[in-house]
Amino acid sequence: MAVSILHRASGDGLAIVGALLFLWWLGALAAGPDAYAAFIACVWHDPDAGTFHQITNILGKIVLIGLTWAFFQHLFSGLRHFVLDAGAGYELRTNKLWSTLVIVGALLATAATWLYIFAEALNG
Amino acid sequence: MGNGTHLGKVRGLGSSGHGSHHWLQQRLTALGNILLIGFLFISFLRLPMTDHGAVLRWASNPMVALALILMVVSVFWHLRLGLTVLIEDYVHGEATRLFALVLLNFYAIGGAAYGIFTIVRIALAPAAGLAPGGM
Repeated sequence: MAVSILHRASGDGLAIVGALLFLWWLGALAAGPDAYAAFIACVWHDPDAGTFHQITNILGKIVLIGLTWAFFQHLFSGLRHFVLDAGAGYELRTNKLWSTLVIVGALLATAATWLYIFAEALNG
Repeated sequence: MGNGTHLGKVRGLGSSGHGSHHWLQQRLTALGNILLIGFLFISFLRLPMTDHGAVLRWASNPMVALALILMVVSVFWHLRLGLTVLIEDYVHGEATRLFALVLLNFYAIGGAAYGIFTIVRIALAPAAGLAPGGM
């Protein structure tokens, strides 16, 4: 049950927030160094941040971590659907086990990704 | 219906009249997304994302630009299918539903067009002798 509605919720989040953020990033990349720096300063890190950018930097990271989780949740849950499409995994216990593994796996993969990113950022 | 193939028997059925078509497209674009977003995800982790020059060099590589265009097509196609079902499930009333579906199509097609055009701009700016953003 939960894994099904999470598939829809994570998919819709990626479809709207993820896709729009990607297009914003792409547009900034094409528009040149100044526009790209403004994008980074808003979403990620501003060296001389005012209050506004301090807030958007935190929000940006929350959104990015959320999108990472939605990505893994939707990916693993989607792979589960491929197995179900093949007609396998409908026994109650198997089904429950894989649903739980999808949720746990997505959380672990998100944590691993962001530990890697923050470790890289700290090491310069 | 007698001697048709299994696929032939389900084409055009379902409450929306195109259920099996939608089902198949959703899975084909899902496979595309696994490969192409997987590529994007690993690239993002390996790139110095705050360095405009480095990211631009990466994006203007022809093979990368091609993969990004394919990714935009696969992703926006897939999200259009997913959000269509969301609207069909939760938006009631003929007029409101039609309006929501029109809006979704504007978003999906417009977003994909903007994405593809921007990738082409990045990839072809050096060939046209233009600085990025000068187009």
